[in-house]
Amino acid sequence: MDALTTPFLTGTAIGAILLLAALGLTLTFGQMGVINMANGEFLMAGAYATYVTQQVISSTGFSIVVAIPVAFAVAGLLGLLLEISIIQWMYRRPLDTLLVTVGVSMVLQQLARDVFGPRGDPVRPPSWMRGSIDVFGYAWPHRQLFTIVLALAALGALGALLKRSSFGRQIRATVQNRDLAETMGVSTRNVDRLTFFLGSGLAGIGGVAIALISGTNPTLGTTYIIPAFLVVVAGGVGQLKGTVIAAWAVGVLTAYVTDWTSGSMAQVITFAIVVVFLQVRPQGLFTVRTRGLA
Amino acid sequence: MTSMATETSEATGVEPTAPRPTAASPKRSSRAELLRTYGSLLGIGVLALLLLVWAPGALSPFRLGNLAKYCCWALAAVGIGLAWGRGGMLVMGQGVFFGLGGYAMAMHMKLEAAGPGNVPDFMQLYGNGTMPAWWEPFRSGAFTLVAIVALPALVSFVLGYAILKRRVKGAYFAILTQALAVAFSTLLIATIKQTGGFNGLNNFSKFFGQNLYDPAVKKNLYLIVAGLLVLCLVIVWQLYRSRFGELLVATRDAEERIRFLGYDPANIKLVAFVVAAVMASIGGAMFVPIAGIISPSNVDATASIMLIAGVALGGRASLLGPAIGAIAVGYGQTTLSEQFPTQWTYFQGALFIVVLLFLPFGITSLLPKLKELVLRRRITAESVA
Repeated sequence: MDALTTPFLTGTAIGAILLLAALGLTLTFGQMGVINMANGEFLMAGAYATYVTQQVISSTGFSIVVAIPVAFAVAGLLGLLLEISIIQWMYRRPLDTLLVTVGVSMVLQQLARDVFGPRGDPVRPPSWMRGSIDVFGYAWPHRQLFTIVLALAALGALGALLKRSSFGRQIRATVQNRDLAETMGVSTRNVDRLTFFLGSGLAGIGGVAIALISGTNPTLGTTYIIPAFLVVVAGGVGQLKGTVIAAWAVGVLTAYVTDWTSGSMAQVITFAIVVVFLQVRPQGLFTVRTRGLA
Repeated sequence: MTSMATETSEATGVEPTAPRPTAASPKRSSRAELLRTYGSLLGIGVLALLLLVWAPGALSPFRLGNLAKYCCWALAAVGIGLAWGRGGMLVMGQGVFFGLGGYAMAMHMKLEAAGPGNVPDFMQLYGNGTMPAWWEPFRSGAFTLVAIVALPALVSFVLGYAILKRRVKGAYFAILTQALAVAFSTLLIATIKQTGGFNGLNNFSKFFGQNLYDPAVKKNLYLIVAGLLVLCLVIVWQLYRSRFGELLVATRDAEERIRFLGYDPANIKLVAFVVAAVMASIGGAMFVPIAGIISPSNVDATASIMLIAGVALGGRASLLGPAIGAIAVGYGQTTLSEQFPTQWTYFQGALFIVVLLFLPFGITSLLPKLKELVLRRRITAESVA
């Protein structure tokens, strides 16, 4: 029983982090065709925001509550800054944004190394997060449960925003048909900016969860960015449900393969499975139907 | 970019009836045609002279060794220019193919250093002194040389076939190739008993019977890699002016139209992808005797991105740009990381941002613009007179 449930639970927690990292990617990719390789560094920014908040507010329980909006704002503003300073000039060359953001991620990583030191710092979890609950004889850490709850809450908020608010309607309109949305009076430029802010902010929240699990580290973004992209590729762009299912699937798959072989084999096998999966569904799980040729 | 555009429109605005240089006379156009076809061959010739004649005499052995290393990267970069610049496929995992060639060569040299019937030293150190069966064929030099070409060709064909035939392209393609690089380097680090793990393979003594510490051998190694670079440039030059080259560019610019014309774009792209992989592999194979080491950090995602940086700087779609860019980035890395070890990452990041933002087609794209500017000015001057 243990061999079956443990990876499932751990994998769901990995999937939750991947979901938070991938939501921003799929939003910006689906809407603007922009591949943001610096998204991993927004996870890192969120983690460091958590660390700094804990330095300021000594109560661990309260500091985590404060850290979530702080991480969202810090990462979101970084994303906004990136959009305004660089990305907005490159909307006609989406593939090039991939490389430009690679450059940005290098700079941000080195910046973190220079400011916070190369070693990384631990983040103390509050007392209510240190325990574990018993699931079929496996002591499941509260931290993983917290990660899942955090991701689900963020997902719920994002879903409600997309579905109910007028801003959400504008986003969906822009994703489906940018020109037509513009004709209807939607300022797609503003929508793009806000989407970028939202997506980066979500990665920042993911950073809070990572900080609680493994502490901060200048290179933690690179660990998550590729799996997060595989989630986007497998899930299809522009819709939330594909990303959710793919994140969960990749997380659980990685955990099971890690359990059976090793962490490094898991990466290779996950990659191979995604490539095989693309043979069946080259556009990912779900796609927004368009009549465009591209 | 914008200032350039306004300047040229101004030049035409002054004299709208100015004859266009190509339409002036058939004789002139044929000469321009000739220059367009063979001008780049002339460029290769100049580069060949610099690399093969000037550099060995003018540079110290240490600098020549460095240049040899840059040439290995340039070999991979020429392939990236073909796949990315002309084919529109952003290959972010060329380190994998660089590594396939590199590790094949390194395994052979390890076995050569160990001597016949013996096991490489690191296997006794980390493992129980038994050698995996797939190492055995690499005792043969001929097999190794074949493997350096065949192995990356096979891997890139299988992967390219699986991805390209299903019309996975653009960013998806780029991400998958980068994921491949990440998977490859993690696999190498994990298999310490078989591949040397994080430390990679090093401590070689001989290269096909030649003593690696002999300065003359080192110089010959440089000449071989520089010669290979020139050869690959000539091959790519021929590819670019062939029907295949036309099709490749057409596929990059309008894949659907090519499909409507009855071609399969996947096949065209697949050829470019495989050729690029083989070139990277040859670069990697030469890297091993020159640098004396191959490790996961030479072949991982970061190393692959370094290669892209050179191509972007030099000019992805030009013939000589990728090679020159790769050499420049290699030189920059050596000199800058010596003087400011931590700042190099900033430089590298800034390089990507600045080049792609302001100069998407690299430094070589400035050349034709400059020529056009001079030409237009001369024409307006002539017509005014």
